Amino acid sequence: MSDTEDAWFAGLAPDDIEEATARVRDGTGDTPREWPTLAVEAGYATDTDDYYQRLHEATLAATRGAVREAETADDRQLVHAVRSMDDTERVANELAERLSEWAGTRFEDAGTGVDAARPLAERDPTGPAEARIVSLARRVVDLTDERDDLRAFVERTAPDVAPNLSAMAGPVLAARLVALAGGLEPLAKKPSGTVQVLGAEDALFAHLRGRASSPKHGVIYVHDYVRNTDPDERGSAARALAGKLSIAARVDHYSGDLRPELQSDLDDRIATIRARTGDPAPGAGGPEGTPEPGGDDA
Amino acid sequence: MTPELPDGVERRPFDERERLATRGDPVYGEPTDGDWRVWDAGRSKLGAMLSVGMDTGLDGGETVLYLGAASGTTVSHVADFAGPTYAVEFAPRPTRDLLPVAEARENLFPLLKDARKPETYAHVVEPVDVLVQDVATRGQAEVANRNRQFLREDGRLLAVVKARSEDVTADPEDVFDEFLDALSGYEVLETATLDPYHEDHLAVVARPTR
Repeated sequence: MSDTEDAWFAGLAPDDIEEATARVRDGTGDTPREWPTLAVEAGYATDTDDYYQRLHEATLAATRGAVREAETADDRQLVHAVRSMDDTERVANELAERLSEWAGTRFEDAGTGVDAARPLAERDPTGPAEARIVSLARRVVDLTDERDDLRAFVERTAPDVAPNLSAMAGPVLAARLVALAGGLEPLAKKPSGTVQVLGAEDALFAHLRGRASSPKHGVIYVHDYVRNTDPDERGSAARALAGKLSIAARVDHYSGDLRPELQSDLDDRIATIRARTGDPAPGAGGPEGTPEPGGDDA
Repeated sequence: MTPELPDGVERRPFDERERLATRGDPVYGEPTDGDWRVWDAGRSKLGAMLSVGMDTGLDGGETVLYLGAASGTTVSHVADFAGPTYAVEFAPRPTRDLLPVAEARENLFPLLKDARKPETYAHVVEPVDVLVQDVATRGQAEVANRNRQFLREDGRLLAVVKARSEDVTADPEDVFDEFLDALSGYEVLETATLDPYHEDHLAVVARPTR
């Protein structure tokens, strides 16, 4: 029986679907063997057709469970939420542009941008064309509200998923970094040089092909420590920030405890960098390390 | 002479054009004609290998281990003409789409596993006649080497090397040479680029040496 020691069906009752599923999913083996014939010999299956039927059932159940677990993980939900937030904002802006073009032909006081949609949405339309304009304005308002709700969800969720990263980057930028990396684990495994240019892939590949200088920063540009550092020192600031963000992501993924000293290390480092150009010390003008809200990243 | 197509794969006219086709449940909106559905060589590297006339050694009815099954575009066709087909994919999102494809095919066994870690599926996968490899990861030769243990003595490795997965900046030719150098325990029988179907891809047919 030593041949079947590793088999997913070893010692299994033929009707124990749950255990079969768990074995397929979490088991291991040293060497592939003629499992179908061995299973018949061991009495797990009546013939190889029966074996394949059991295998089909077990692999489907195991894989379905593993996929669901991976996709409903909190970091995956955060990734979907922040992408939806960006999508709703982009679409709301596009529709608002169309709306102001159209509304300007019927209402003299129609403004531009998503804010102009709110008063339009409240109007009493006269005639079928105005009815469409007002209705379109309502969609813009709804989309904008949805964007705000998604943002609130991201701000609530990110600190649970990645506490250190969210504390240092702000929840929205933290969520964007997780999204760009494809999850918290892949982010934790990236070198800090990659984290520094996440979101600047076009510029990075242009550089690698020899057509451009290397990008200094990707989405981390929205962070106060990059954006409000003198352009001459922005590369250094981006490098320092990315280094600490990578460490934060690793702590969040591998241990999950809070390391406030990461933030103070970063504050010191940025202060040193900014001192070179006579910039104000970090934290002088607002909450430390909090990027300003807005979808103005790359 | 162009090698014969495996049993269960035919060139059939679709919109007055001869195209590869297999019989099975449609998967990705491909054109169908009765039971037959088009195997689009532009979307499937194995389909392209057959289209450009490589000698894959496929006869139909083989046992197959498919690494990098993704959402099942190609592996669905393989399961249509092959025997027991083990589909390994590492990423959860495409695997979600692979599930209904496997549900409709009783000989297709989906596995959410890392092809770089064969020990995580050696307790499920039996020795196979054909190892198909289409993984977009660095170290594609190492994946083939580690999975050689699944191949029967007279089996075939059908690998597609994606130059961009190894190094986006390198010359694809160099990447292909490095892959062939790093392949160990295999005798390479044939190589071909998959132009015009897939740019910067090299298709390799090899057999294990013992």
